[in-house]
Amino acid sequence: MTVADLLSAFSDFAFMRRALIGCLVLSVAAAPIGVFLMLRRLSLTGDAMAHAILPGVAAGYLLAGLNLWAMTAGGLAAGLAIALMASAVTRLTPLREDASLATLYLVSLALGVILISARGSAVDVMHLLFGSVLAIDDTALLFIGLVASITVVAFAVLWRPLVLECVDPGFLRAVGGRGAVIHVTFMLVMVLNLIAGFQALGTLLSVGLMMLPAASARFWTRSLGAMTALAMAFAALSSVAGLIASFAGNLPSGPAIIVAAGMLYALSVALGPAGGLIVRLRPARHRTG
Amino acid sequence: MDVRHSEPVGGAALAFQNATIGYDRHPALHHLSATFPAGSMTAVVGPNGAGKSTLLKAAIGNLRPIGGDVRVSGCRRTEIAYLPQLTEIDRGFPLPVFDFVAMGLWHRRGAFGGFRRDDDEDVARALARVGLVGFEQRPLDTLSGGQLQRVLFARLVLQDAPLILLDEPFTAIDDRTIHELMDVIARWNAEGRTVVAVMHDLDLVRRQFPRTLLIARRAIAEGDTADVLRPENLAAARHHIEAWDEAAPFCEVEPAR
Repeated sequence: MTVADLLSAFSDFAFMRRALIGCLVLSVAAAPIGVFLMLRRLSLTGDAMAHAILPGVAAGYLLAGLNLWAMTAGGLAAGLAIALMASAVTRLTPLREDASLATLYLVSLALGVILISARGSAVDVMHLLFGSVLAIDDTALLFIGLVASITVVAFAVLWRPLVLECVDPGFLRAVGGRGAVIHVTFMLVMVLNLIAGFQALGTLLSVGLMMLPAASARFWTRSLGAMTALAMAFAALSSVAGLIASFAGNLPSGPAIIVAAGMLYALSVALGPAGGLIVRLRPARHRTG
Repeated sequence: MDVRHSEPVGGAALAFQNATIGYDRHPALHHLSATFPAGSMTAVVGPNGAGKSTLLKAAIGNLRPIGGDVRVSGCRRTEIAYLPQLTEIDRGFPLPVFDFVAMGLWHRRGAFGGFRRDDDEDVARALARVGLVGFEQRPLDTLSGGQLQRVLFARLVLQDAPLILLDEPFTAIDDRTIHELMDVIARWNAEGRTVVAVMHDLDLVRRQFPRTLLIARRAIAEGDTADVLRPENLAAARHHIEAWDEAAPFCEVEPAR
């Protein structure tokens, strides 16, 4: 097959074009979230939240079928509930945040699967967990666009306090910045993006489009701005490659995109100039001062 | 002072009135009354566990007094510049020194305000003042301990605050850096700012700080440094017992007014 053959998937089929546009827009929004999740050492929190929204999405699906707005509302409610419960447990008991999040997301994942299989079929479970390009209709595209717009605006507004919250939370508190508000807004934007991503990638893997490109970008640059731009590019590249592979090999789209992102990550770990393995192992020459 | 907006600053005053501040109902500071007048420069000294850091945390409002009153007059609490002993700085975050120091302009530019050219110049001057010219683009994780302390001082310079609280600013810092940063502190005071610093090096306190507050959970002596740091006062401070007594009776002292 030539490149033209591979790309013809997009020119021939409207659903592939919609999936492509959806994933590209998602890439722009997910990358900065991933960068900050990584830098705040919240990578696993993102993963936990991705599991946590499942029962809400499932409840929406049970009540209203494959209705985007019902599933979104359910997912948002579940995500927020889990985030709040986890921080309540952390604040009020000796349990650390990672443990309290882990317990809650495991239970909610189990609840979600039970909810779906109570009415739907195994196909439905697979669909919600791992996504399907066929699910991206015009409403879904609209929703992805809306979420991406919110995300870009939120980051434009929050950038400086968010950076300060990461680097020196004590200082932000002392000058009267509201660290908690910033944190909650950030988590809210993340949950929105996870929900926006689940048609294409599924609830479990939509966090992958955030984390893998961000972690890859870390190996190429030490500048925050460049890292974010690079993460966007990596996410977009993985989306295109994953969708083509999904079409050509008849693979589920979500896992295909994440595996593509994983390959980019492996390349970055090996070749990246900012801390990559090869640079580390090569004996470096030093300067005089 | 070469950073703009810095005509003689009216220093802010800080006063503890019979304040009890502590953790978990055990007082770290017990019925403490002390004043830090506007424009004064005071060292806070005392043995470990005497409540020195607690005093500063109460001043910026991080700890609420269990009893009594902690009063700041002359500025808002959020305008106080505070250098904590253990900063929560994440040094792995990819941020150049310039951007980090520029956070000191939070009050002028807030969360969203754009930086103008004179802001950039002020940041450059603040870095020059602490001897860090040429460090603008260095990431935080490449700095030594002393350099990071200079960076934090540069940020304090930019905060342009009427009240400056320093919690052990010179731990693990070499003599030359101490000397240069001490100059920065003295200049703050000369500009009319109120400075309160928790200190361990009594010789340095004798040489540089006009006023001293000696505490050991309670105030032992307050006033001119030479008077406060007399042997009998220091001996009294040393007898301070650090451990909490879980069975200690509740304090029945009537709040003296």
